[in-house]
Amino acid sequence: MARITAGVATSHVPAIGAAMDLVKTAEPYWQPVFAGYDWSRRWIAQEKPDVVILVYNDHASAFDMKIIPTFAIGCGERYKPADEGWGPRPVPDVEGHADLAWHIAQSLILDEFDMTIINEMDVDHGLTVPMSLMFGQPEQWPSKVIPLAVNVVTYPPPSGNRCWLLGEAIARAVESFPEDLNVQVWGTGGMSHQLQGPRAGLINKEWDNRFLNLMSDDDGEALRAISHIEYLRETGSEGIEMVMWLIMRGALGKKVRPLHRHYHVLASNTAVGHLVLEPVS
Amino acid sequence: MSIDIHEYLAEFDDIPGTRVYTAKRARQGYWMNQFAMSLMKAENRERWKADERAYIDEWPMSEAQKQAILDRDYNRCLDLGGNIYFLAKVFSTDGLSFLQAVGTMTGMTPEDYQAMMIAGGRSPQGVRSIREKR
Repeated sequence: MARITAGVATSHVPAIGAAMDLVKTAEPYWQPVFAGYDWSRRWIAQEKPDVVILVYNDHASAFDMKIIPTFAIGCGERYKPADEGWGPRPVPDVEGHADLAWHIAQSLILDEFDMTIINEMDVDHGLTVPMSLMFGQPEQWPSKVIPLAVNVVTYPPPSGNRCWLLGEAIARAVESFPEDLNVQVWGTGGMSHQLQGPRAGLINKEWDNRFLNLMSDDDGEALRAISHIEYLRETGSEGIEMVMWLIMRGALGKKVRPLHRHYHVLASNTAVGHLVLEPVS
Repeated sequence: MSIDIHEYLAEFDDIPGTRVYTAKRARQGYWMNQFAMSLMKAENRERWKADERAYIDEWPMSEAQKQAILDRDYNRCLDLGGNIYFLAKVFSTDGLSFLQAVGTMTGMTPEDYQAMMIAGGRSPQGVRSIREKR
């Protein structure tokens, strides 16, 4: 049987990808951002997940304003890095796991989550930056990926509670897949940042750290109750991306063991947060 | 969990210096954002750079929207329904980073904005709520 063995949360700031692509990671500005991922890269090299269900948001790359899916799952065979206006990132194509993805898509729909199914799309920094942070710069990505795109751009995005419930449903779907697969769920985006308007540049260390504490705790009820307006007021207009972390957290079940935690202010305009969690049955 | 949509939307106007990208803004700014999206293609970027006015006139945008884009007045673009991830295609075409472009909306000089960010960013103190002054 397929099983979810761990959850990873990480920011997906585009400038982090650029820093890696342009070999700037050792510069004083960037060094503390990347240092927090050294442990995670060693850990994942041992864990060798077969598949990563990677929860992220598209930033006007694959989706424009024509179609706005709330939850979309990638069921394709492979995905190319998107050209976000300055050429595609020089990273390998992302290989999908169509069998597991279609199994999850069908299971979720039968479980009353009305998913949008994507067969072809390019994937932007929201997906490739977390992969670079966790895997470094290999010739080929060592794990297959099921992209799960969430609308956090046009309001209303899904509630935190709905994200959590989707995570629980993903866990049920993975457990009913007959093949023996080591599956991780990653929630990406955040933490506090605001990229627009006169309030741009907002960073809230205290709130972010409380969120990291709650993510690492058992239960999770307090996380599920955080409203959109609280994310907006406390973490900036783009902090809402953190609802995507709750899909990962919901997929791990009530009890978790925190294995690794990293928080750094800041990269570009954004507070960088990172967690590795293990489900405890 | 049942949420009153009117209360939900009304609260967004209580956040200082922030334009939440609501359905209302998404409708108003539809063509401005689709115009910006078109700059993802290299051939469109070339045409835009060669003659901005001629290129933008091909889009069914209001004159105010066109002028806001031509002026690179991003706060005005947000007011007229622009979304920052779409507007990013415009400032990326200009060769600006997020850090540089975002700073232009704050009323700060690029140097001051960069210095604030290096020092740890803007504190949420006093900019959470207009009504509650916190």
